Amino acid sequence: MSRIRRLNEIPRKELFTSGHSLCAGCGIPPMVKMALKAIEGDKVVVNATCCLEVATTLYPHTSWLVPWVHNAFENAAATASGIESAMKVLLRKRDGKKYKIIVFGGDGGTFDIGLQSLSGALERGHNFLYVCYDNEAYMNTGIQRSGGTPLGAATTTSPAGRVIPGKPENKKNLMDIVIAHRVSYAATINPAYPTDMWNKFAKASDLLDKNEGPIFFHYYSPCPVGWRMDTALSIEAARLAVQTRLWPVYEVDHGKIIINIKVNKPKPIEEYLKIQGRFRHLLKPENRGVVERLKKYIDNNWNRLLKLAELDSIY
Amino acid sequence: MNTTNKQVRLGLNGDEAVAYAAYHADVDVISAYPITPQTIIVERLSEFVYNGELDAEFIAVESEHSALSAAVGASLAGARTFTATASQGLALMYEILYIASSLRTSIVMALGNRAFSAPINIHCSHDDAYAARDAGWIQFFAENVQEAYDLTLIAFKVSEDKKVLFPSIVNLDGFILTHSVEPLNIFEDKQVIKEFLPDREAVNKIDPSSPITYGPLALPDYYMEIKKQQAEAFKSTSIRIKEIFGEYEEFSGRSYSPLKKLYVDDADIVFVVLGSTAGTMRTMVKRWRENGEKVGVLSLTLYRPFPSREVAEVLKDVDTVVVMDRSYSFGSPGGQLYMDVAAALNKYGKYNRLVNAIYGLGGRDFTPEMAEDMLNASKDPSIREIWVGVRG
Repeated sequence: MSRIRRLNEIPRKELFTSGHSLCAGCGIPPMVKMALKAIEGDKVVVNATCCLEVATTLYPHTSWLVPWVHNAFENAAATASGIESAMKVLLRKRDGKKYKIIVFGGDGGTFDIGLQSLSGALERGHNFLYVCYDNEAYMNTGIQRSGGTPLGAATTTSPAGRVIPGKPENKKNLMDIVIAHRVSYAATINPAYPTDMWNKFAKASDLLDKNEGPIFFHYYSPCPVGWRMDTALSIEAARLAVQTRLWPVYEVDHGKIIINIKVNKPKPIEEYLKIQGRFRHLLKPENRGVVERLKKYIDNNWNRLLKLAELDSIY
Repeated sequence: MNTTNKQVRLGLNGDEAVAYAAYHADVDVISAYPITPQTIIVERLSEFVYNGELDAEFIAVESEHSALSAAVGASLAGARTFTATASQGLALMYEILYIASSLRTSIVMALGNRAFSAPINIHCSHDDAYAARDAGWIQFFAENVQEAYDLTLIAFKVSEDKKVLFPSIVNLDGFILTHSVEPLNIFEDKQVIKEFLPDREAVNKIDPSSPITYGPLALPDYYMEIKKQQAEAFKSTSIRIKEIFGEYEEFSGRSYSPLKKLYVDDADIVFVVLGSTAGTMRTMVKRWRENGEKVGVLSLTLYRPFPSREVAEVLKDVDTVVVMDRSYSFGSPGGQLYMDVAAALNKYGKYNRLVNAIYGLGGRDFTPEMAEDMLNASKDPSIREIWVGVRG
């Protein structure tokens, strides 16, 4: 697939149609639309139980103009394994057709309940693209903390309490877990950097053509409802996440780490925290310690990534 | 049609017989995880694949949950799909059992029946088969190794039939059948089978040129209609199952039907049983008949859909029906098969005396002496539940 430099180069034909019930300001639809356009040729979508699944297939309606399979919550990667294996054997034995497989799962379905299924599929080496859209909590069930929820964030199961001010633990590093499987290509993508996102999907499309899957994308997916944020600020929050170095945009191409968005002068993390209700309690003086911990996490993470990017390959 | 020349007689254990059946069915995708007493099935199938004898994708998944999840994907994508499990593995698959049925997949699963933990035990109970009874899977019970082979072939034909489109479980008693070598007839090679079981022609399969949304969200305004349609479709499968039993008899020379009965017509006491114990009971009933006891045995080859009308019809004039359960349903009016038989009799207006015999849990041997004790206890009007061969 061709790479782009400007957004107006993106084709207009949609395979993900309007009429779905995802919220205003939700980060999921622009990513899904782009994935379906940038991944060339015939394709099949596998969807874990999540916001995307319930909001796009309310019977008897569907937003999907491609074959779409929802099995359960924790097994999207296993389901994709089965589809890919069937496709391969039917191409050999009978009149099978070739298509590309794209999996979408949320952070709960990927970091937590679906991690085993994902790990098994990555280890077995099935040719698919898995996209985890990470809105940093179980939004579909009402904003409960997940392994993807960042330090200090208030959710309905990690509230900003009088004693414990939001989630006490740091976010799990999902990319590290994926990279441990030595996948050919893994990348983080972010809606504030759409050309970068498109070009990564285009690259994934080429790699799938060459049977180089599994490929993994970790998508920063703003959630105004869950983050208690103005719906107009989704892209702003996404940009600030990158510009504060909280959420590095990078890729791991056959073991070579490349930081795609350089952040030479990071913005203060407080700029990111103050626009989201889930973090507002952290700005109180008594919670300064949590912010300091967050800053340390950001610095460690960023510096480690810079060091790893100096290596020819981390594999 | 005489097809005996197409078959060979050899000795196999139940697991190997099932593996041969899946091989002869020329399966496309096998998705499985090792668990005793099923493991030999997937070991043999792996050998067929790795030695190039069977052109299939073997997905060696990381859990039974993923085994069935991948099987759902493979079946929707049009592949002839096989899996096998037992006990705890079936329990781990439980969530996906209903999805596999409700998405109308054609998966065939061999279930090496094994007791649920705790305490952990690797031997035979029917806990796992019973746990799957409400999930919308067709269930067959093999009585011997020959049946395990035949029913696996039959299950593919049934599940893939356009008038059926429900997944199937073939039950074979753990160790008693899975690991016991018996003589049986199998077809010479997979080409012979094509006449009975041609390549799968999947309907409504995943196809980018004709996109379908599989597994949507349906809320209270539609869910109940969808379930009613599924219920009617599932009930109607018994018609095709009986026809396919007939087709298989013509093809193989071996006869199958939902029920097997011996000396039931004039019996005062009839024992109802599933699985390998049917053979034991048939031997015992013959022995008792020689002593003048008016006893009979009814075994079920088809467990789901439950042949309610046929069971009620067969048992209508029997004074005492002893239902044998190799499991226990805690807090229920009786064992799982007992409740099925009681409901079937009630539905068709028969009110026999029912006795529930719990036997063989966790692989406890069911001996002729125990069968004698069970017969004697069943004659005592004060006894309604018997724990056969249990101490204390």
